[in-house]
Amino acid sequence: MTRPGDILLSVKDISLRFGGVRALTDVSFDIHEGEIFAIIGPNGAGKSSMLNCINGFYHPQEGTITFKGAQRRQMRPHEAAAQGISRTFQNIALFKGMTTLENVMTGRMLKMRASLAEQALYIGRGRREEIEHREKVEEVIDFLEIQSIRKTPVGRLPYGLQKRVELARALAAEPELLLLDEPMAGMNVEEKEDMCRFVLSTNHELGTTIALIEHDMGVVMDLSDRVVVLDYGKKLAEGTPDEVRGNQDVIDAYLGVSHD
Amino acid sequence: METLYLIFIDPFVQMVVEPAFLVEVLIGGLTSGVMYSLVALGFVLIFKASGIFNFAQGIFVLFAALNFVGLMDLGVHPILAFVITIGIMTALAFVVDRLVLRPLVNQDPIILFMATIGIAFFLEGFGETLWGGDVRPVRVGIPDEALFWEAGFGEILVQSADLFAGVIAAFLVTTLALFFHFTPVGRALRAVADDHQAALSVGIPLNNIWVIVWAVAGFVALAAGIMWGAKLGVQFALSTIALKALPVLILGGFTSIPGAIIGGLIVGAGEKVFENYWGVPLLEGATEDWFAYIVAMIFLFFRPQGLFGEKIIERV
Amino acid sequence: MLYREAGQFKTSYSADQAMLTIPLDRWFVFALAAFAIVGVPLLASEYLMVSILLPVLILSIAALGLNILTGYCGQLSLGTGAFMAAGAYLAYKIATNITWLPIWVVIPLAGLCAAAIGIAFGLPSLRIKGFYLAVATLAAQFFLLWLFVKVPWFVNDSISGVPPAPPRTVFGFQVTGAAAGDEAKYLFVLAFVIALAWIARNLARSRIGRSWMAIRDMDIAAELVGIRPLPTKLSAFAISSFYCGVAGALWAMCYINSVEPTAFDINRSFQVLFMVIVGGLGSVLGSFLGAAFIFLLPIFLNSAPGWFGYSVASDTITHIEFMLFGVLIIFFLIVEPHGLARLWQIAKEKLRLWPFPY
Repeated sequence: MTRPGDILLSVKDISLRFGGVRALTDVSFDIHEGEIFAIIGPNGAGKSSMLNCINGFYHPQEGTITFKGAQRRQMRPHEAAAQGISRTFQNIALFKGMTTLENVMTGRMLKMRASLAEQALYIGRGRREEIEHREKVEEVIDFLEIQSIRKTPVGRLPYGLQKRVELARALAAEPELLLLDEPMAGMNVEEKEDMCRFVLSTNHELGTTIALIEHDMGVVMDLSDRVVVLDYGKKLAEGTPDEVRGNQDVIDAYLGVSHD
Repeated sequence: METLYLIFIDPFVQMVVEPAFLVEVLIGGLTSGVMYSLVALGFVLIFKASGIFNFAQGIFVLFAALNFVGLMDLGVHPILAFVITIGIMTALAFVVDRLVLRPLVNQDPIILFMATIGIAFFLEGFGETLWGGDVRPVRVGIPDEALFWEAGFGEILVQSADLFAGVIAAFLVTTLALFFHFTPVGRALRAVADDHQAALSVGIPLNNIWVIVWAVAGFVALAAGIMWGAKLGVQFALSTIALKALPVLILGGFTSIPGAIIGGLIVGAGEKVFENYWGVPLLEGATEDWFAYIVAMIFLFFRPQGLFGEKIIERV
Repeated sequence: MLYREAGQFKTSYSADQAMLTIPLDRWFVFALAAFAIVGVPLLASEYLMVSILLPVLILSIAALGLNILTGYCGQLSLGTGAFMAAGAYLAYKIATNITWLPIWVVIPLAGLCAAAIGIAFGLPSLRIKGFYLAVATLAAQFFLLWLFVKVPWFVNDSISGVPPAPPRTVFGFQVTGAAAGDEAKYLFVLAFVIALAWIARNLARSRIGRSWMAIRDMDIAAELVGIRPLPTKLSAFAISSFYCGVAGALWAMCYINSVEPTAFDINRSFQVLFMVIVGGLGSVLGSFLGAAFIFLLPIFLNSAPGWFGYSVASDTITHIEFMLFGVLIIFFLIVEPHGLARLWQIAKEKLRLWPFPY
């Protein structure tokens, strides 16, 4: 069910090294507008490093990344955020001392323009923006069904809800590309189903392009339009879930292969 | 023009013209540097083993010295006083561990840091309540006489107590370095410093390890306190001087024992040289108050991990 | 019961985001402010107003400043005294050289100068955090005080080095210097306190406050949602130093009536830090509670033995004070890092249910 759209993000020949360790070697793939794109691979295959390169946290030594037609090799994470890339993390990266509402409001950070004086006096844009963006944030909160924990400090929330708040924060930025790093890790079946539902409706209703890393193959095969497989920092295969499932290299990488 | 001359040329001319004075300034600086080093050493020990930045280390020095001197004034033999003081510092380590560190385990470093400021204030008040706030001389029989050294370019004055302090510092550093590298406890300490949970999971008893390291730091503090007390008398001014161990650590790196020593020597010598050649002639003196801190700040800009520290790598 | 939260429905986001969402809270704060403005000058004794309220209010401003930096933005500072000194010396310099400038302009201007200095010493926060930064602020503490003492320009070459505060008036009432009336001084300081506390609350609930807290809680994640770390930290430094500068200027001009370095030494820095910890990290209310508590505790300790007919040597009191401060700091950090402000909140919650346990 590939939905062909224009290429939103194109990764070309990316290589990333930490000292002598090659985390990624000549990886290339394209992510099309409106699709759900999965990056899979065994532990240590370089999946998270790939996401970190895309949103500017790591700077690859070689290769280029083209987002919305603009090519670049390096940028700072906040610049990536400004261009419309948001993400969630493998280990939840919420602001623990702040409430759910405040956390999600940080997602609107880049869209707020009030000057320091307007904020200090809570007049003009300072006041207007707080209310406008609150409305937008409430939409996201409704969408992810976290109304009841609006004013709870996120440090007190259970793991599954924290993951959801993190997704809410990413969505509040109205990203064009959403990067999800293991959104379902450590969840029980019920929570996974909820999360799958949110990922799908984000994609269908909001039209957000999604790139995700996930270990649960069932989830990956059900959700994604296309899959890329990494192993030891190299691209093994790319294609629809069915194509990838049949690929001999992939089967070898996952199941191991006897060298005799 | 003249100002430029005074800043950039004249000091160096002075150094060459009167090398004996320079050497004396350097020696004076290095000896106070040794003191900074000894305080900084205690900081590094605790930081390496527990990741805690112990602001109270300066007060530990004072507190240890106060106990030692107080006991001696009561007529206790120096060696016995030394042993008792070590006992007191160990008990203190135990109390700090149980009442402060244990309840704050896994908190932000900044919270722990503030807690050690609390410890510092408590100990300062406690020590003074116990022993009073007067300046007390330390008489432990460290010979303090002026030695004259005939160098090729003139005669140089050295205090024997300063030499003695240098020897003690060198001895302490060597012992600690050996302790950290070759004993099981030392290995355990390094493991704990690296990762608490991993250390726990391989069976290192976290419970006692922190007591041990704080007690070792207490021992270093006692050594520093005695040396310092022999030089200046035990007094509360020591605790402000001890604050200078902080810039020393920035210079040397928070995790490096040799760094603490060399950082201390650089700061000690640097501030004396700056004071004598630039501070007094150009800036009306008292530059020793801030020299170390400003140097540390410059370091923070360009090399935040210090001369010998490990580079800080952050991960998501 | 009169005071309750239930049933107080809010029908707009604007109402939900108001500073005090419960009407009764709002009325209480208005009443408190009105009492502070009208009631206190009429009723309070000179001692209470000048020796207690004045310093507590000024120190509250400093505590607010440090709380912005440490409580909200998570950057520890041991240089509060120096930034207060910057405010004091520059207020003196500006007030004596531009004599036509009204004093209520001079003091914020001095605060701005302190803010600029604060930015300079906050620059290392680009690469470091936590206690590393504490050392940079110690550099500010020792270097700035040395500078103000050694450079006679700051005190107009005054021979003693400790010049008296210049007398200045607002609406015809003298508010600075030794000859100023108690009520005038008090109201002048109170105006600053109310304005600055209100601004602090606004900042805390706006974008800038959220970006400070984000940096405090997880700086890497903050960067990934689009917060630029350095400008955010520097803004906290600047605003914090502004508050401290204003506090220092008021301290010199209205409280001690002279500009002297000893008022702003490292002990002042610690005193303000204790106020923030005891009062509550990241709380505007806490800054006030902490300032009052830490300032009043020594006064209480000094007079308490007298009430029971004992006399205790004053240096013993000082020692006990030190020990008590130390214990309090540790106690609050362990038991209630949100300090007195949080205890106040808990008390309110308990009272609401009283006499039922839950």
